[in-house]
This record gives sequence, structure tokens and C-alpha cells, in this order.
Amino acid sequence: MSIGSERHVEELVIEAGRTDAHYWRELWRYRDLFMFLAWRDLLVRFKQTVFGVLWAVLRPLITMTIFVVIFSRVAGLPSDGVPYPILVLGGMLPWQFFASALSEASNSLVANANLITKIYFPRIILPASSLIVALVDFTITLGMMAVVMAWYGYLPPARVVLLPLFVALALVAALGPGLIATALNVKYRDFRFVIPFLVQFGLYVSPVGFKSSVIEDRLGPAARLVYSLNPMVGVIDGFRWCIGVEQDLHLQALVLSVATSLALLWLGVRFFRGTERDFADVI
Amino acid sequence: MSRPIITTERLGKRYRLRHQAAPYATLRESLAATARRFVTRAAPAATAEDFWALDDVSFEVRQGDVVGVIGRNGAGKSTLLKILSRITEPTTGRIRLGGRVASLLEVGTGFHPELTGRENIFLNGAILGMTKAEIRKKFDEIVAFAEVDQFLDTPVKHYSSGMYVRLAFAVAAHLEPEILVVDEVLAVGDAQFQKKCLGKMQQLSAGGGHTVLFVSHNIAAVAALCGSALLLRRGRLVTQGPVGEVLAAYAAELRPTCEGFNARSRRGTPTVCRVVDAWLVVDGEHGGRIDWDSPFEIVMEVDVEREMTVSPEYLIRDNNGAPILFSPTGLQQGVVLRLGAGRHRVTAACPALRLATGMYSIDLMLAESGVRTYDHCESALQFEVTEYRSRPHGFRFSQQHGLGYMPFEVRVTAADMSAVAPATGGAG
Repeated sequence: MSIGSERHVEELVIEAGRTDAHYWRELWRYRDLFMFLAWRDLLVRFKQTVFGVLWAVLRPLITMTIFVVIFSRVAGLPSDGVPYPILVLGGMLPWQFFASALSEASNSLVANANLITKIYFPRIILPASSLIVALVDFTITLGMMAVVMAWYGYLPPARVVLLPLFVALALVAALGPGLIATALNVKYRDFRFVIPFLVQFGLYVSPVGFKSSVIEDRLGPAARLVYSLNPMVGVIDGFRWCIGVEQDLHLQALVLSVATSLALLWLGVRFFRGTERDFADVI
Repeated sequence: MSRPIITTERLGKRYRLRHQAAPYATLRESLAATARRFVTRAAPAATAEDFWALDDVSFEVRQGDVVGVIGRNGAGKSTLLKILSRITEPTTGRIRLGGRVASLLEVGTGFHPELTGRENIFLNGAILGMTKAEIRKKFDEIVAFAEVDQFLDTPVKHYSSGMYVRLAFAVAAHLEPEILVVDEVLAVGDAQFQKKCLGKMQQLSAGGGHTVLFVSHNIAAVAALCGSALLLRRGRLVTQGPVGEVLAAYAAELRPTCEGFNARSRRGTPTVCRVVDAWLVVDGEHGGRIDWDSPFEIVMEVDVEREMTVSPEYLIRDNNGAPILFSPTGLQQGVVLRLGAGRHRVTAACPALRLATGMYSIDLMLAESGVRTYDHCESALQFEVTEYRSRPHGFRFSQQHGLGYMPFEVRVTAADMSAVAPATGGAG
């Protein structure tokens, strides 16, 4: 690119507290960086560990096995003719995805402190690109679930093609809180100890080990709607519906979950943009 | 013909200094403080102090200018560059930029040791603001400039520091932004590569109309590269103008602290004789910066009340104030000066000390050797050891490596002692 010929020069004004009018356009300009950061995280992960890709498979495999054993032996939920491990995986996979996306995002800024203090780029790229790592892990576990399905001779219904929609919903649900968490992490270094606790807590209030319909059965339809304010309810229910574990999709509940996810994302972006100008000074 | 490309208006940046041990705020602490306030209703102890790293700085840079930004440590140079490169926001004032800014505040920002040279070129390029297509287009040029083509697929953790720096600079040099901001990056790398980098920067400004802002302590590099300069002092802009004038102003500014005699840490009150002034002479001129391999002189002016004999003593302290070299001339060399009443100039010629780069200070003493000390001015003079003349193999000899250099002669002999083969001489 040469000066003044191919691109018209636009003036940039730097000022205290100025909200950048071109924020989103700038973000688009840095889209390559988004991909490169994600690519770096993945490359490094696979290069650093001895097992490499094997490790990415092994870790979820072990958790999955434990989960299936515990829930099938201990919990003994009704499975409506669906092989029990598939029922469990239908809740566990999206949850694991959400949990790892949230923790990756919340560590992203502090982990890249050296970049933040030396280079300008839209900071939101860091938490956003960290989601890709979680997404890749998730894809691997999804492949494993396919193997489990094949093992049981289980064929998911055609609506399984809608699965990416719920994956996207999980990403949105993770990004909002992730943005808040990572910004707080910059300011308060002990906030990272809070995140695993929140994730743990979230596991129990999300329909991972049970079905959302249990809430309705025991506490009534209103309770189900309140329960759906948890964004992961929509994600997990939708996921189960896609793979055929759940026969009906509770639309009202889904809309509520989507709304909370979007509200959280909006809050997250707002909070992040409000604090990002100080990142380089406090990190 | 050239338009202003950078305009700053009354730029200011305030930092809050936190007076506490912990480098970071913790949530626990904040909550505890809030709880305490709630309970005791006491106002929080004022532990924060404002510090203006930049204060009311206004200047203009025209397109195609290569501007040196100079000033002592803490003058606000880095803060200015950080604001210009949008890493941090100004507290007051405003900057208008007429083009894309690329900043090189550190060599190899975002390089990952586990990734190969090739991978790092793409990653670093993207971090510096290039698109994938741009990097691809420039890839061969970058590799050629960095001279690392054989090691492209080797993780950079196996690179020598020279290769690492070359690769990092090569990526940044091919950015071709309208405004390039460079901070002291040339302090690393060998002399030949530095020359190449300076050449590249010159080429950017001359050929492409690029504007370069260049921060350096390397006066020679600033003089060679920049047409004009800005001098900052404690956050304020002192002067802006042609590079020669500004460098002269900077040299004048360096003198008081680096050469100036400072008797604030005098021990006791001298009675019969005292040091009234002192300075260092480097290359026949007053100076506070000494090349690590150059001799220098310590000059004292001494007032004596009555005829007496004294011996001057000198003690050199490192950056931390620890004594490292001592010269009790009276005791060791039998130097006893017979001085009549009045003022005398006492000059001590010091050979090249070959100290590590960094700041040092000198204690000046007048004593009757081994008996009493008439006057002792602690850290009366300060000087900085630099190595701008010779930097063999790109090695920077800093105080971390050790304070002094030992010119060993290394030989190899066969273990049975029958064959003796001299090998390398004293390595620099």
C-alpha cells in the first residue's frame, strides 16, 4: 500500500473519553488478527504438549467417561428409549463447551498482557478469538459423540443440522459473561479464582444432569420460564432436541434464553468498552 | 507542500501512583476496604498520588519528517509514543493523526517462542496491523531482509538473539504505515544490523513520504536519521526544532545531573579543607557519559584553609549505591598533596574501567591517609557508562552480567601438556 494513492487518508482523532465512531469498522479491519490469534493458540497448544492432538481428544474423553458412568449408575434418569450415554452427552457437551469458552475468554487479556501494553488493536479481539480454541475442542468432542452414537446404532433426526445454531447461542452466552470476567481480571487479579467457582455453580443450575422438563413437572410451567432465564437452558435443551434426545422444543423458554444471552452480550460489550481504555495502564 | 500529519494539542496524561506494596488491585482488598469504610465511616486513607507523565504538550509533525524524540528517563517519551500508537488514552488534550500508525515499541511483540519463523512473521504482521494478503505480498522481502531463510521453519526459541531481532524488525519495517513510531528498538542487534535498520527507516521517509517518530538514547543515531527533534523534560515539551539545536539543548540538560557536583550527601561539616566543585572530563570535554572502553578524568576543586597535606580518595558506586571500586591514593600509591591555603584543582586520570553499561556515582574524599577524613561527599558525581562505540557481536554488557569486564586471554592446551596451541585471544 502506498501513501495517498490507493486509500484516501482519513483523519483519526485521539482524545480522552472519545467513543470511537469507527469501532466496529475497525474491528472488521482487524479480522485477520482475530484468526491469527486463534490459530496461534491452537498451534501452540498442539506443539507444546507431548501428546499434541491426542491430548485434545483424551481430556474430554476421560471427563465424558466419568460423566456417563456417574450419571448412568447413580442418577438413573428416565431415558425414553435413547441410549443413556447419549442423553448425558447431550447435556454435558454443550456445558463443557460453554465452561471452557468462558474460562478461555476470561483469561485472554491477562494472558496477552505483553501485547496490550505494546500494540494497539481492538482489545475485544482477544476474548473473542479465545473462543475459537474452545470451539475446536468442542468439535473434537462432537466427533467423539458421533462415535458413541454409531456404537449404539443411534441415528439422530434430520434436525441435527440445526445444531450450529445452538453452538452459536452457546458462544454468545459465553462471550457476554466472558467479556465482563476478563475485564475484571485485568483490574482485580484475584477475580480469576472466582471464575471456576461460578462455572461450578453454573453446572448445578443448568440442566446437565437432568432435563428442563423436570422443573416444569415439579414446579409448574411458570418455574420453567424463570428457569429459562439461564441462557444455558436454551443451549442445552436445543442441543438435546437437535440430537433427538428431547422430542419437543419449548419455544417460549428458548426465546427467553436467547434474550438473556443477547442481553448479557450487550452488557458485556458495554462493560468491556467502558474499561478497555485503561487496560494498558493497569494490566 | 507537506501537510501536518500529527498535530497534538495540549496533550496530558495522568497516572495515579498507588502507594502500596501490591502491584495490582485485588477484589478481596477492594471489598475489604469498602466493608471497612462502611463500618468505620472513615474516609479512605489518601494513598493515591497524581503524576503527570505528559503535561500540556503541543506540537506538529509534517508528512515525511523524521522526528527524534529525546529526553532523559521519565521525561515522558514512552508515554507520548503509547498515546500516539493508541495503546493508552490521553487524560487531556487531543491528537489528530492523518494516517495509519504502526508502532514498534519493542522488538518482537507477540512473537511466540514455540512457533516457527514463518508462523511468527504472519502472527507478528497481523498484530502490527497488516492483513494476511499484505503479509503474503511482503513475505519474501521480509525473509530476505532478516536473513533467516534457512531457519524459517525452526521455532524462534532456537534463534540466536540477533536472528530474533532481525526477524522482528524486518516484519515491522515492511509495514509501510503513514506514521511509524519506533522506540529504542535499535538498542539491540549488532552494529551492522543497526545500520541496516537506520537505512530502512531513512528509505521509508525519503522514498515513501512516511513519517517516522524515533525515540532513542543513541544520540548519534538521532543525529544521523532525524531532521528535527522534540525534547521532553518531566512530561513537558521543552523545545522542538532542527535536530542539531535540540540535541544541543539536550546535551546541556544532561550536564547538570551527569556532571554536576552534588554535595547533598556530604558527611559531616568539613573544616580545614573541602571539595567545592567537581566534574568529569571525557574526551577533553565536560561529560557524564563515558564509553565503557574510554579513559576519563575526575576533576575536583578544593578549598584549603591553611597549608596542609591531603590525599584524594575516590570510590565508585554502582546503580544501587553499592561500593565497587576504591582508590585510596594516599594509602596505595603514596599520593600526598601539599597544598597551600586557597583553591586548587586536583585532577585524577582514570584508565578505561570497562564497567558494564549503566549509571554509577563517585564519592569524593579528602583525607589524611589512614588517619582521618577531612571531607567526604557521597555520590558527589554521577556518570553513565555507555557502549555506543563498540558493540561486538551485538552483545550488550549490562550490570546484570557483572559490573566489570575481565580481559582474559584464553588458550587451549592438550591435556597431556606436550602440545601447546594458542587459540583465541581476549574475546570482547
